[in-house]
Amino acid sequence: MELLIKEIIGKYNYWLYIILMMIGLYAIIAKNNLIKKLVGMNIFQTAIILFYISIGYKKGGTLPIIEIPHGHHTISPESIDISKYINPLPHVLMLTAIVVSVATFGVALAIALKIYKEYNTLEEDEIRMRLRGK
Amino acid sequence: MEVVHSIRPIAAILVSVSIIPILISCGKDRPNFREAWTFVAGVLKFLIIVSMVPGVMHGVLYTFNIVHLGPGLDIGFKVDGLGLTFALVASFLWIVTSLYSIGYMRGLDEHSQTRFYSFFASSLCSTIGVAFAANLITLYLFYELLSLSTYPLVVHHQDPEAKISGRKYLIYILTTSIGLVLPAMIICYHLGHTLDFRPGGILMGTGGKTILTILFFMFLFGFAKSAIMPLHSWLPAAMVAPTPVSALLHAVAVVKVGVFSIIRIFTGIYGISLLKSLHLGTAAAYISAFTILVGSLIAMSQDELKRRLAFSTISQLSYIILGISLLTPKGMIGGIIHIVMHAFGKITLFFGAGAIFVATGQKYISKMKGLGKKMPITFLAFFIGSLSVIGLPPTGGFYSKWYLVLGCIDAHKISLLIILLISSFLNALYFLPIVFKGFFSKEDDDVDVSKYKEAPLCCIIPMIITATISVLLFFYQGIFYKLISIGLKL
Amino acid sequence: MIDNHVFPILIVITPLVCAFFVMGLYWVDKRLCLPLTILAISISFISSIITLYSVLTSGTIQYKLGGWPPPIGIEYRIDLLNGVILVIISFISLFNLFTSFNQVSHDFPEKKGTFYSLYLLFTTGLLGVVITGDLFNLYVLLEITSLSAYAQIALGDKKRAPFASLNYIFIGVIGASFYLLGVGYIYMMTGSLNMGDVAHLIHNLHHSQAIFVAFIFCIVGVWIKMALFPLHIWLPNAYTYAPTASGRIIAPLMTKVMVYVMIRLMYSVFGIDYLFNTLHISQSIIYLSSAAVLFGGIMALSQDNLKKMFTYIIISEIGYMVGGAWLGNKTGLTGAILHIINDVFMTFALFLSAGNFAWRIKDLSIHNLEDIFQKMPWTSTGFVVVALSIIGIPPTCGFFSKWYLILGAIEAKQYLFIIALILSSLLNIILFFRVFEKSLFSSKPHVMESKETRSYNLIEEAPANMTIGLLVIGAILILIGLYSGKIVSNLILPFIPKGL
Repeated sequence: MELLIKEIIGKYNYWLYIILMMIGLYAIIAKNNLIKKLVGMNIFQTAIILFYISIGYKKGGTLPIIEIPHGHHTISPESIDISKYINPLPHVLMLTAIVVSVATFGVALAIALKIYKEYNTLEEDEIRMRLRGK
Repeated sequence: MEVVHSIRPIAAILVSVSIIPILISCGKDRPNFREAWTFVAGVLKFLIIVSMVPGVMHGVLYTFNIVHLGPGLDIGFKVDGLGLTFALVASFLWIVTSLYSIGYMRGLDEHSQTRFYSFFASSLCSTIGVAFAANLITLYLFYELLSLSTYPLVVHHQDPEAKISGRKYLIYILTTSIGLVLPAMIICYHLGHTLDFRPGGILMGTGGKTILTILFFMFLFGFAKSAIMPLHSWLPAAMVAPTPVSALLHAVAVVKVGVFSIIRIFTGIYGISLLKSLHLGTAAAYISAFTILVGSLIAMSQDELKRRLAFSTISQLSYIILGISLLTPKGMIGGIIHIVMHAFGKITLFFGAGAIFVATGQKYISKMKGLGKKMPITFLAFFIGSLSVIGLPPTGGFYSKWYLVLGCIDAHKISLLIILLISSFLNALYFLPIVFKGFFSKEDDDVDVSKYKEAPLCCIIPMIITATISVLLFFYQGIFYKLISIGLKL
Repeated sequence: MIDNHVFPILIVITPLVCAFFVMGLYWVDKRLCLPLTILAISISFISSIITLYSVLTSGTIQYKLGGWPPPIGIEYRIDLLNGVILVIISFISLFNLFTSFNQVSHDFPEKKGTFYSLYLLFTTGLLGVVITGDLFNLYVLLEITSLSAYAQIALGDKKRAPFASLNYIFIGVIGASFYLLGVGYIYMMTGSLNMGDVAHLIHNLHHSQAIFVAFIFCIVGVWIKMALFPLHIWLPNAYTYAPTASGRIIAPLMTKVMVYVMIRLMYSVFGIDYLFNTLHISQSIIYLSSAAVLFGGIMALSQDNLKKMFTYIIISEIGYMVGGAWLGNKTGLTGAILHIINDVFMTFALFLSAGNFAWRIKDLSIHNLEDIFQKMPWTSTGFVVVALSIIGIPPTCGFFSKWYLILGAIEAKQYLFIIALILSSLLNIILFFRVFEKSLFSSKPHVMESKETRSYNLIEEAPANMTIGLLVIGAILILIGLYSGKIVSNLILPFIPKGL
């Protein structure tokens, strides 16, 4: 039991992203409404973004903005305590990933709109029925 | 042996495809021009091939390499005695058949003649390609091209029957070549690291007994154009094609490409000694003996003349395989020279069948009684063709059967000898009655024979030519004998 | 060689920049869109040829973006494999412009700017995916490619295309996210995103569970994007209903580039040692790809629509390449790479011929193709050549890649894969001859030759640029086949990693 708690509490960030991802996946697969599916897709992507953010984080860390003490022009690398700063790279990467996911969402919404104009509905089974009936 | 690089092999192959654009541009508007070009190409092809005879007789090996594909893999050509023998027969008969086609196709006012002549030309290109292939991959390439270019000829009539036959043809030929020959060829390359045909074979000492045996049967049945049983039934089905196709392709070019490929496998890939040590020759001999006997028996029961000829072809093709399977010099010569003898004999028979069809529209043997009186030349030629296929003097067929018998005796295979003799007897039983009933039987009451006359001259002349040659081959077969001996290095 | 260094970046940057200009130019003068697109892709094409040439003469090229040294900055790394694929992508993209400009004017008279802009973005994305040496950069470019593909597909058939495209988006996003997740794990373990660097660092982490998870996520993500059976469901509809001009470029390139990505991940990131000695999954992947080969063939057989049949052929061919790459020997990988090259051209030619047929016959059901040989002799000739290549008849190129694949399978003793490959050839025979029988030999009672009307009255070919385009590609199929020996020994074998 103790081990289990350690697994869950100690790695809570992973569990969170997995739960979010599964919610998203569930929506993509099981929902009938196309917009709900799209939202599921977005949750799915967000889960991965959170995962990246969490791996860059350090307990007690802060933004890696290094202040040069007054009167100095440079700072020697040895004097920087790396453990104080979080890793900025995953966060920067996620800026790009967010842009990608927003763009995807935009394209998908536009296409959903096109579908709506054609079929007057966004329910998947109705559209499928219409396609089959054709 | 002197190796000479020469463009003659490739020229001989390409001359027939190079006229296809001309044929298409002539089209149906200028049929005379179109047929003249076919004829010119045929003669040119034959002359190029003949020009190599003296060289090969003196031990020259003409080679031509197109492209190098990888280590031990080339697309290239090599003219040796065996290939030259086959090429000579095929290209000569193309000229004759072109003449015959003109009479036949015009006589029946067939449609899509341009397509017919174009694919005919490309079939011949592929046939010569197989004959001159220097290695297995080149052979396979032309083998497949031949299958594909024959397909439109089989489906020529475009009716449901022709389409079903076309499907059958493709399924048998392509399934076996892709399903058996292709993997066998790749395994062969994996074992031997080359696919060149070499006098002693390339597989000696490369693989275990089991794998080599399996490989052998994959090749033997994979080249289904040789119509070995149980992969024979495409051949009778393919008889829906116009008669010139049946005559040249399904009695000479296509089917003998199958047999020729098997000969190459025997001599160039396995080599005699390896086959002997694995006892594969004996196995192949008995398989072909079965085909010989069963083919002849089925032929007897066929009433449609072309189908009877087809089953006869199935049986005769296995003579050739039997001959080489004996692995004795005389047997092998007998088998290979049977390619020549059977070609002339059988094509005469097909020409005869076609001539009867053009003149009377009759396909069935039972309705041919008394026709001989009205069509004496046709039936006489048919008679000579029959004699050659049966193997009676004074025709060339006697010569090859004689060697086959000697081969059997050399190999101490008396049971095979007996099968050969029984089959010859059966041949006589199913061919000669046609001729005798044609000449001597009284015609049926419902058939009015009197309105019939001989087929057009274009149909008759080729028949006379091939029948005459069948007889001449009885006296002058030395050149083929020599070429084959050189090819087999005896 | 310093002046050479500008070319790798030109390959990607020119179409990217021009994509924006094309959009803007549309408002100035519609007619300028096409020339600018052609110019942009031509520059890419020429640059990729120059790059390939310098790879051939002086080995692998590294281009540091922004001047940052590799582990920190993004690196473009061009070796023989992606050098060749760059040339092929830009060639196909350029060639397709010539074969389909009239199709584009016909389909999108008012949306030319949008279309060409998407077209350029798609090309940029593909070229970027292939050229980059950075795992995250690959993700971004992959999404650029996918987004422009989604948008292009949605422009197709009014009724079905948007829905097909949306389904593609759902599955495509899952695929890309899986890949991103995998990259996240790789980054977590190695702290690097540069392929070469990761390959180096991963050596000591072979038994790490996290690396295994990373590998599985990356590979499955890529499989989803390449439509490996059973992850293929998005492909048939998306490619069938895409507009002709886009289908012609998306269908041949997208899946093949993903196969390239898989090979790159396998051999340049995770490494042979990890793939075949630590992991023991190659056997099951070969079973999977054999299933893909057969499934694609069987499903193709049950299709009535010509284009849909082609899409299932793509699924089958994907099985060839994945299987070949996982055989774990030199010959198999050679076959897989050769098949990437061949299959790009074969699929391109298939969709070219489908487009040409569709120009005359609106509904591409097979029974509508009756007598098409009479009507469109040149297109049909091209179609026959492609069909033979897909069946694997020499001397077309399809035969030779199949040759290497089967040879590799024999060496690896994967008999099931051999059987699948051969059965697939046989299925393809049935598949194509079913079409030929219909199109070559009409069942109508025929008029006798002498009375027949003159044939050229019947001919209704597609526009010359499309027909000639198809014939040129047909000729290329045969040429690649004949020169496959040279291609293998000069372009593919030097890439094959040592130790395989």
